[in-house]
Amino acid sequence: MQKLLLLGDEAIAQGAIDSGISGIYAYPGTPSTEITEFVQNSKFAHENHIHSSWSTNEKTAMESALGMSYAGKRTMVCMKHVGLNVAADPFINSAITGANGGIIVVSADDPSMHSSQNEQDSRFFGNFAMVPILEPGNQQEAYDMVCYGYDFSEKFNIPVLMRITTRMAHSRSGVTRLTEIRKQNDLKMPSDLRQFVLLPNLAKKRYKKLLKDQLTFVAESEVSPFNKYIDGKDKSKGIIVAGIAYNYLLENYPDRVVPYPVLKIGQYPLPRTLVEKLADECDEILVIEEGYPMVEESLKGYLGRGIKVHGRLDGTLPRDGELNPNLLAVALGIPDTFGLPVPDLVVGRPPSLCSGCPHIDSYYALSETLSKLSNGRVFSDIGCYTLGALKPYEAINSCVDMGASITMAKGAADAGLIPSVAVIGDSTFTHSGMTGLLDAVNDKSPITVMILDNGTTAMTGGQDSQAFGKIEDICRGLGVEAAHIRVLKPLKKYHDENVAILKEELAYDGVSVIIPRRECIVAIDKRIREKFKNK
Amino acid sequence: MKKDIILAGVGGQGIISIAAIIGYAALEQGMFLKQSEVHGMSQRGGDVMSNLRISHENIASDLIPFGQADMIISIEPLESLRYLPYLSGTGWVITNTRPFNNIPNYPDPEKIMEEIGKVPHHIALDADATAKEIGSAKAANIVILGAASPFLDMAYEKFEEAIRFTFRKKGEKVIELNLAALKAGRDFANAHK
Repeated sequence: MQKLLLLGDEAIAQGAIDSGISGIYAYPGTPSTEITEFVQNSKFAHENHIHSSWSTNEKTAMESALGMSYAGKRTMVCMKHVGLNVAADPFINSAITGANGGIIVVSADDPSMHSSQNEQDSRFFGNFAMVPILEPGNQQEAYDMVCYGYDFSEKFNIPVLMRITTRMAHSRSGVTRLTEIRKQNDLKMPSDLRQFVLLPNLAKKRYKKLLKDQLTFVAESEVSPFNKYIDGKDKSKGIIVAGIAYNYLLENYPDRVVPYPVLKIGQYPLPRTLVEKLADECDEILVIEEGYPMVEESLKGYLGRGIKVHGRLDGTLPRDGELNPNLLAVALGIPDTFGLPVPDLVVGRPPSLCSGCPHIDSYYALSETLSKLSNGRVFSDIGCYTLGALKPYEAINSCVDMGASITMAKGAADAGLIPSVAVIGDSTFTHSGMTGLLDAVNDKSPITVMILDNGTTAMTGGQDSQAFGKIEDICRGLGVEAAHIRVLKPLKKYHDENVAILKEELAYDGVSVIIPRRECIVAIDKRIREKFKNK
Repeated sequence: MKKDIILAGVGGQGIISIAAIIGYAALEQGMFLKQSEVHGMSQRGGDVMSNLRISHENIASDLIPFGQADMIISIEPLESLRYLPYLSGTGWVITNTRPFNNIPNYPDPEKIMEEIGKVPHHIALDADATAKEIGSAKAANIVILGAASPFLDMAYEKFEEAIRFTFRKKGEKVIELNLAALKAGRDFANAHK
């Protein structure tokens, strides 16, 4: 079969389609978004009724996927690493319930924080939940691992976590597909209808099973096609290398032969026997892993012998940030290569709000409204509008996690910072802002919540917003008084009018919601181009 | 043959199109390819770069090591300088000279040109002006690709075929414009290398 040129994300999606999934569930988040979009754009997926519309957040996505698994069908759930925090409750508990139909959870980490607020390592979540983890090193492996992962999940009735990184997600290479596409499962209930009932006395039994299965998972790791022991002549060092870092290792040896024994890891828990073998044969161990030093820490714990382990913890590799071939060269004692220095005149070109963006007008109105008060009253959230923290706006004072704007404004108001303002996007509001708004309504907190409604999930490329057409109804339903739900048109020509409304609502001793509503200009552009294309 | 290429520009300038055209030409010749892109927040008017690696041999790393890139292809002059640490001693910088000024502290364009002049092997041309003369300001990225083409060790026809394929849905007029842009860039590079 001819090779397809696919992003890592696309290879995962193709693998899921070819493995016979019945649905994919996700909330957009860089670098995971393209997995779900690939399924949404697949004619085959459409014809075979594979569910692929966006979920409201990662928790609802994870739970929907678990429901599909309960009903006996294969499913995938995708998110960026911080999305797994949101989905942590159902994710951790899904390890206890176990799976019925195969379920793969894809979490895309972002070492070096290209588009994220931290670089947390999802493998720790996998370990914490005690589920097997797959970590592909290239696009072909990503595809193959998905197919393998569904078999594994159904054979051992366990959700499988697939951990990828930005570089894996957004790098393109050739992928060969399965010769035969697998059919979707029939509807099939769990053989024990109490499998998913985690009442304490039932959960205790399920947990014991999960603990017992750990030995099976280790045994499977020992014989996994994704864990390879590649012998080398020079035993002064043994290398354990995980995921995409293997490519950087090979890059340092032009003939692609590493002189040291190498244990390439693609499946966790760690294959203990293979690790012991490497430790027996080599004088010391170098651990090369993208993200946190998880393998390195566990080796230090369980080997219980004097062997030296080098990696991110002892400074052989940097403690933070994405790996690259040069960092590995230094760690391996290979001469590093350099280009020319960056000339001094080169300045940064940070991302910025687009010219004509509605958020610009919203921020200018807000900043003018607050100009007579002391600084530092605006709690914001995750989206394009976070760029309002930068010059020339410098209009916001926080960006922590999805939905935190409303609840942080509430907490600050509780502490006496009055007025406090929250700025949140439409999609982020339905993702995780609604519950916080209910807290504020119940306490009659004196906060003003600006829900910037541009009609789309803009920062990740313009996916459908679950809030579309529903914001006023949701706010009224949560108990915000109708008189204090105000819709604005964020345009320069209405600036004075908008400032006046903001002033009125800031003066109100209770919860008010201001909805500046104007379509994202990138979305308008995209819509017009689509229309033109279809003519 | 292997070519390691850093593609640089500002979000929306069309570096991914250049990557797609070179990639198509390479795959048609049975070469291996790895290309790493930038998505997400940096696309909002920020600097963007892509690692494009093509080779007759299997490619290991998705990232080009520092000091080993054969070429930096940039659609914006300031951006051509940002990635100099990747360039090998024998590598070429192929860059547009037309600034994309969306920051308040954009450096003096003449000073930028001085710095580009210090790179041992470089081709610098006003691709926007060239593209406009041909009749489509949008084709500046293809002019730059044309200027890079003599250094990519591939038959010229392969680039022409790749352009015909890439723009196949846009009609014959767009294809002809882009072929003219490709040729104009190539002619400039051949006259100045």
